[in-house]
Amino acid sequence: MIRVVLPAHLRTLARVDGEVKLEIAGQVTQRAVLDALEAAYPALRGTIRDHATQQRRAFVRFFACAEDLSNESPDAPLPDPVATGAEPLLVVGAMAGG
Amino acid sequence: MSTVRVLVGTRKGAFILTADGKRERWDVSGPHFGGWEMYHLKGSPVDPNRIYASQSSSWFGQIIQRSNDGGKTWEAVGNKFAYEGAVGTHLWYDGTPRSWEFTRVWHLEPSLTDPDTVYAGIQDAAIYRSSDGGQTWQELPGLRQHKSAPVWQPGAGGMCLHTIVLDKSHPDRIFVAISAAGVFRSDDAGRTWQPMNRGLRSEQIADPTAEVGHCVHRIAMHPSRPNVLFMQKHWDVMRSDDAGESWKDVGGNLPTDFGFPIDVHAHEPETIYVVPIKSDSEHYLPDGKLRVYRSRTGGHEWEALTKGLPQSHCYVNVLRDAMAVDTLDPCGVYFGTSGGQVYVSPNSGDSWAPIVRDLPSVVSVEVQTLP
Repeated sequence: MIRVVLPAHLRTLARVDGEVKLEIAGQVTQRAVLDALEAAYPALRGTIRDHATQQRRAFVRFFACAEDLSNESPDAPLPDPVATGAEPLLVVGAMAGG
Repeated sequence: MSTVRVLVGTRKGAFILTADGKRERWDVSGPHFGGWEMYHLKGSPVDPNRIYASQSSSWFGQIIQRSNDGGKTWEAVGNKFAYEGAVGTHLWYDGTPRSWEFTRVWHLEPSLTDPDTVYAGIQDAAIYRSSDGGQTWQELPGLRQHKSAPVWQPGAGGMCLHTIVLDKSHPDRIFVAISAAGVFRSDDAGRTWQPMNRGLRSEQIADPTAEVGHCVHRIAMHPSRPNVLFMQKHWDVMRSDDAGESWKDVGGNLPTDFGFPIDVHAHEPETIYVVPIKSDSEHYLPDGKLRVYRSRTGGHEWEALTKGLPQSHCYVNVLRDAMAVDTLDPCGVYFGTSGGQVYVSPNSGDSWAPIVRDLPSVVSVEVQTLP
């Protein structure tokens, strides 16, 4: 079970409260988590990463275990505490934009 | 008794204002989608409870919302706007080529006949159509692939397709306006397009009478006279009597002919409204006075409408999509300001009153007249 914390605007859009819990088969990577997230909540497609390029939107960040994973490869394994569900992956709106 | 429903898009959410036909007592609903930029909301003319809304943010990009109950509830629909075929380039501000890139939906124009069909005007300039209620969007690529497109350049607000005008008497005809390319018309449902800018003069471009490159801010049509178009350009208020084939200046005695919105009275096709703005570098009202100007002669002769509007220390702007008219008799006129006020005139502009005074900066105003 993977835990994902969405920013408030995306929780509203996805109509969820609190953390999102996802089942991931295979290696737990950013791409795998985002694929599962978008499959479960189609309204989130295009809001975290670009529809076509699949690149992270400029004003979105990925944090976990007090580390900034935003610029890691989307296919790199996420930290073990995220993969085991001990820690959530945080999707964060950057301190910019608006 | 009829009612009116005013759909207001602001920089930080949408608001829905409703009143009976007297248009004196208003119910205010919102913010809807608080925190998001709501560039435009518009209802279907054949099913007024079907409303489409463009919701965007620099964090999370573009969302399209759809309501089937007049704005009480909403559902997110498709938000994928992919350019068809080779993307190509236009000119950037510095004159270098730049790839077309989707930024946001500026304008949503529901079909005049089918509530599931809706057009979207986007930045970088292109037009899309959905025929499934907004679930999927297909570009009409003939516009972006027009031979002049490689030299289109953005205006200050980006290279946006901000105006779409449909013509019930010519079902395959579509007008669009792009900043800063100009007006284009299709007579084959969006397959091919022709520039419609003859008669425009823009001193801000190297060839002031070029076929394309004009910063058209808004065009408007009265449905009973589809060959007559009115235009607020970057500078100049213009009129066409031949469906855009040629334009002439009708700015007449306006204090300044810079501005953004232009609209036509619902029952008097020669009565038009503009809000003059001081200049292109001073996007505020001249003399600190909020004055709507009305012409009852289709241009040239204009009168200032001031009753009920602030006449001192007022320095707001009124954006291109932020004026609308209802179809009651007498015609109601509405506009919203960068200062968050939405004003109504229930008597064709003779007098005005604020519906709300303190919303976020208003981007768009549309009104629905309901039975």
